[in-house]
Amino acid sequence: MSSAQPLVEVRGLVKHFPITRGIVIQRKVGAVKAVDGVSLEVMRGETLGIVGETGCGKSTTARLIMRLLDSTDGQIHFDGQDITRLKGAPLKAVRREMQMIFQDPYSSLNPRKTVGSIVGEPFAIHGLEQGKVERRRAVQELMETVGLNPEHYNRYPHEFSGGQRQRIGVARALALKPKLLIADEPVSALDVSIQAQVLNLLRDMQRRFGLTLIFIAHDLSVVRHMCDRVAVMYLGQIVELGPNEALYDFPRHPYSGALLSAVPVADPSAPARERRLLSGDVPSPANPPSACRFHTRCPKAQERCSQVDPVLEDKGSGTLAACHYPLSREELEAMGVRSAR
Amino acid sequence: MSTDEPLLRVEDLRVEFPTDDGVVHAVDGISYEVAQGGTLGIVGESGSGKTVSSLTTMGLTRAQGARISGRILFEGRDLLECSEHEMRAIRGNDIAMIFQDPLSSLHPFFRIGSQLTEAVLTHRSVSRAQAQARAIELLELVGIPDPPRAVHEYPHEFSGGMRQRAMIAMALANDPKLLIADEPTTALDVTVQAQILALLERMQRELQMAIVIITHDLGVVAEIADDIAVMYAGRIVETASARTLFAQPQHPYAWGLLRSIPTLSGPREAELVPIPGTPPSLINRPSGCHFHPRCAWSQPDHARIDPALEDVPGEPGHRVACLLSVQERRRTWSELKAGQAPP
Repeated sequence: MSSAQPLVEVRGLVKHFPITRGIVIQRKVGAVKAVDGVSLEVMRGETLGIVGETGCGKSTTARLIMRLLDSTDGQIHFDGQDITRLKGAPLKAVRREMQMIFQDPYSSLNPRKTVGSIVGEPFAIHGLEQGKVERRRAVQELMETVGLNPEHYNRYPHEFSGGQRQRIGVARALALKPKLLIADEPVSALDVSIQAQVLNLLRDMQRRFGLTLIFIAHDLSVVRHMCDRVAVMYLGQIVELGPNEALYDFPRHPYSGALLSAVPVADPSAPARERRLLSGDVPSPANPPSACRFHTRCPKAQERCSQVDPVLEDKGSGTLAACHYPLSREELEAMGVRSAR
Repeated sequence: MSTDEPLLRVEDLRVEFPTDDGVVHAVDGISYEVAQGGTLGIVGESGSGKTVSSLTTMGLTRAQGARISGRILFEGRDLLECSEHEMRAIRGNDIAMIFQDPLSSLHPFFRIGSQLTEAVLTHRSVSRAQAQARAIELLELVGIPDPPRAVHEYPHEFSGGMRQRAMIAMALANDPKLLIADEPTTALDVTVQAQILALLERMQRELQMAIVIITHDLGVVAEIADDIAVMYAGRIVETASARTLFAQPQHPYAWGLLRSIPTLSGPREAELVPIPGTPPSLINRPSGCHFHPRCAWSQPDHARIDPALEDVPGEPGHRVACLLSVQERRRTWSELKAGQAPP
C-alpha cells in the first residue's frame, strides 16, 4: 500500500433523516437532507478542517465516517477498506482505529465513573491490558501524556475543570493508539485562556503519534490555526475545499468570503471595514433551494444559479469551489476581507 | 443632571453569596462608568463576576440572598437604595437587558407578539391595539421579515438569530437609556453574530442609548466597545479605551488573553501561548494578587500584596491593578509583541 493513499476516502456521502407523520402507522412525509453528496479525502498525518454554520451537516459527516450513523448512500473507505456497510467484529476492529473527542466535556464523561475507569474503558471494550496492574499503569501513562496528574486516577469528572475534562476526553481517545482522531468542536465550550491549552495539546499529540485529524469547528480562526486543508460546508454540501493558505488568502465561493468577512477582528485600530453581511437565515435542510443551495442568500446569484447545480472544481487559485461566478480579488476586498498575508 | 455626569456610575460594588461551602466573592469592589450613548465592554472568563455585576445593576441578585454593598448610580440615583417596586419601574424601561440564550429567555407558551405587547403595556398606559402596533413596529426595526405575521408565531418557530432579534426588540420596547447585553452573540453562528452586532450598533446610533456588553470574545469587544474593562476573579484588573487596551495592555492577564487567541491574520505557525492553570475559586481566592499563581512574572511578594487599580502614568483613562512597575510592564509587552520574551 503506498503512503500516498488517503486514510479516509468518502465518495458521494448522503444522509437523509426521514420526517414521519403518525404514531402507529408512520408515513414518511419528507427528509432532512443533513448530508447530501459529500466527497472528501483525508491524507495520512494531515489535519482536515470542516467549517460551517449550525446545521450544515459537519457533525453528521463526522458521525457517518465514524459509522455512528448509517449513511443513506455513498461510500466510506478507511485505510483502503470499504467500511460503509461493515458490521459486527470487522466493524469493531475498524472502530479501534478511529476515535472521537466531543464538544461538551461535561456531558461526554460519565459522572459516576472515576477517571481511571473512563480512560481505561477502551481497553476493557477491546480486551486489552487485562491485568489490573497493567491497566492502571497504561491509564496513568496516558494521563501523564495529556498533562493530567496520574495520581488523580481515582477522582471523578466533577473534580476537574472544563479544560482538564477535555484532557480526559483526549486521553480516552488516544488509549487505543488510533490512526484517525475526529475532534467535534473540541474547544467551543471552554474559556478563552483554556482553549489554547487544548489546541496545543491536540497539535502535540498529532506530532507525537502521527495522528490524522478531522477538526470540526465553527470558529474560523481556530480552524486556520489547526488545519492543513479546510472544507467549507453549507446545507449538507461542500462548497469549497482547499489548502489552508489558499482558502484563507483567496476564498472563491461567496459563502466562504461571507464567513470570513463576518469574523470579528480583535484589533480596534484596524481601519473600519465595509462589511457585506449575509441577509436572512440558513434555509431548512428539509427543503433546500434548487441547484446552488446558496443562491437565495448570495449577492452574486444569477438565474443560472437556481437552475444548474455547480460542481466542485478548480478555480485557478488553489481551491476547489462549487460556484458558477466565483469571487474576484476586488470583490473579496469589497467584502472587507483582508488578505491573510 | 449635569451633562458630564455619566449615565451609569458603579462605585465599589461588592456582591457576596453565602453558601454552605463558604462565602462566594462574586464581585469584589468594582467601579466603572458608562457615558450616555457610550459602549463599555466587560471581558472576562466564566466565574470572573461579569454577569453578577450586571444582574445586580438590574436588581436581579437581591432575591438570592446576596450581600450587596457599594453604589450603583443611574442618572444620579442609587439603584441599590431603590425598593423592589421602584426597580420594577426601571427594569425593562430605562434599563433593559438581553441574555445569552434567547430560547430560554423567551416564554415558549406565548406568541412573540404577546410577549412584546406585555413589555410595552407594563410601562406605558396605551391600549392593547396600540401596543400591538408597537410590537409590529419593533419587529420591523430589528429586521424581522413580515412582522404582521411574525407576531403570531411562537419562539420555537424562530431561528436562533431571529429569537435574538426578538429579544432585542423586547429590550428596545420602551426606548431604554441603557442596554445591558450579556454574551448576546455567544450562542450564534458568525454570520448571524455579525448581523446582531451591526443591529446593536445601528440601534445605538438611532436611539442614543448606552450599551454595556459582556463577553469573553475579544473580537466582539474590539468591534463594538469604546471602553473595555477586563475582569478577573471578581475584580477589574485593567480598564482603558478599546484602542489602548489592544495596543498597550498593561496587565499580564490581558497579555495572556491576547496571546492565547488564534487570529485570521499573522503567521499561522505561531504557537498559541495559553495562560497556565485555571481560573480560581471565588470562595478560596489566591492571596495577594489573585492572578499571581498563573502569572509568569510574579515575584515572591506578589502572594502577599494586593494590588489596587491605579492610573497608568501618562495615559489618562488607563487603569491597571498590577504590582510590576510601569517601565517593566511596558518593556515586557513590547518584548512579547516582538516575540522575544519567554512565555
